[in-house]
Amino acid sequence: MSLLATSFLENHNFIDSLYILAVILFIVGLRGLAGPRTAVRGNQIAAVGMAIAFVATLLQHGVVPNGHTAILIAVGVVVGTAVGIPAARNVKMTAMPQMVALFNGVGGGAVALIAWAEFRRRFPGGGGDWYTKSMIASLFAAIIGSISFWGSNIAFGKLQEILPGRPIKLPGQQLINLVLLVICVGSAAAIAAGTHSQALFILGVLVAAGILGNMVVLPIGGADMPVVISLLNAFTGLSAAATGIALNNFALIVAGTIVGASGSILTNLMAVAMNRSVPSIIAGGFGGGGGEAAAGAGAGAGGGGTARSTSAQDAAIQLAYARQVVIVPGYGMAVAQAQHAVREMALALEKKGVEVKYAIHPVAGRMPGHMNVLLAEADVPYDQLKEMDDINPEFGRTDVSLIIGANDVTNPAANNDPGSPIYGMPILEVDKSQSVIVLKRSMNSGFAGIDNPLFYDPKTAMLFGDAKASVSEITAELSNL
Amino acid sequence: MDLVTQIGVLVLAAFVGFEVISKVPNTLHTPLMSGTNAIHGIVLLGGLLVIGEAVGADDVLGQVILVIAIAFGTINVVGGFLVTDRMLGMFKRKPEPKTDEGEGS
Repeated sequence: MSLLATSFLENHNFIDSLYILAVILFIVGLRGLAGPRTAVRGNQIAAVGMAIAFVATLLQHGVVPNGHTAILIAVGVVVGTAVGIPAARNVKMTAMPQMVALFNGVGGGAVALIAWAEFRRRFPGGGGDWYTKSMIASLFAAIIGSISFWGSNIAFGKLQEILPGRPIKLPGQQLINLVLLVICVGSAAAIAAGTHSQALFILGVLVAAGILGNMVVLPIGGADMPVVISLLNAFTGLSAAATGIALNNFALIVAGTIVGASGSILTNLMAVAMNRSVPSIIAGGFGGGGGEAAAGAGAGAGGGGTARSTSAQDAAIQLAYARQVVIVPGYGMAVAQAQHAVREMALALEKKGVEVKYAIHPVAGRMPGHMNVLLAEADVPYDQLKEMDDINPEFGRTDVSLIIGANDVTNPAANNDPGSPIYGMPILEVDKSQSVIVLKRSMNSGFAGIDNPLFYDPKTAMLFGDAKASVSEITAELSNL
Repeated sequence: MDLVTQIGVLVLAAFVGFEVISKVPNTLHTPLMSGTNAIHGIVLLGGLLVIGEAVGADDVLGQVILVIAIAFGTINVVGGFLVTDRMLGMFKRKPEPKTDEGEGS
């Protein structure tokens, strides 16, 4: 009886049916993620799909041939869970983009490691035989997985400010990258052509791809990092699909490809919102040559103007007697953890009869939706958050635009200075409102490294200092009015 | 599955991915990226599929590589889904404020 049950569970049609079920759950789950009300359940459904796929794989005949294997699998899963749960639980909402980069990186790392192990197994002592199809798919997985792992780590380092956010460029960077790419593809080709030192060449592939991953992300500025993470996310998905082809696994192929497709769309959406193209971001031109030209142009255009600074008291008076205030949050708010303070200030303003709205630029912060997540954490009602196209016509009717740590997304040069590298990027048109208050730490330029003429506009007042402290001061002053 | 079948599956899956994803509003992009991120942690299964062979071949280094791969994949899956859940928990809709009478006062 138990023998019968076992053989039924190990039946490959049964396993494949479970995989199909898992894939359906992934698709249903992703569709759920499309709406704010269904998103939580969508995520849970996808997680159930993953659990089913996991169990189905373990049931497969020959996957757990003995106790030793079972112990090794258990060790891996337990260690992974022990690291993953606290990391996900304890990460601050502001550090979310880095966390996504890190989780993406380990996924890519897993792909690369599996490819490496497969090559060691298939070609133990030099020579050996393997399907060309599996070999080529594995080589692809090794290259992309390794790039994704190291690239994501650099992205994490930059966002976590372990590494400087500004672009880091070596002399002859393009040449170095080209050489690395040649080593990478050359080693892969040598393996595919049937060399007898596969175990050695696969290391060449992995190491060269790893260095390439570092080199490609290092020259990219912090502002472009979300696009890069999204791109690496898509890459990891594709490399997982390649692993699926190499290992003949249906679930890996489908799930990996869906992630690859979604990641490419998201990457493109982000790049379009910034009026950038993905290839030019990868070329890392923005912070390099383009940025210098921009600094020159900015100095020429705004050099004569001076910024006017204000006090929290003046700002509070200005806000309290406004009919409509639009708050424009940016990365500065995230860094200062100011979202709760902002919410309190908005409540104080609403008590005085001021209409408060939030203008959310698609790429404010470090990722699309970054500001929404933070403001939702502070219990800001969903319907006060306005997307760019909805709020832009409103600035003409707005008395005060309060900019909290945003910069490039409000830069009017994008509309009226054809020489600016961000010319043509859709912005929040705060310069159309009656007056502007900018909360900022200093006069330093934003991530794009471009001067912002808005700061020199006569109707703009600057309130320097930490965003959270400034907002709290304004709230305190409001209660005194 | 032969290669042609696999490529067929891959192409269809890509279309499903495009169709499902392209309807997501801007505000949910970060959770979505995080959710898809968790799903590609499915490479964990790849580690499960091959580790038995490394044990069979008495390949210690291979076993170490694959245990790390499984741990990485698990971090990707477990951490990814949890972090997405936390992000989405923030999107609670507040009860509508009562604005029918008090306005203008």
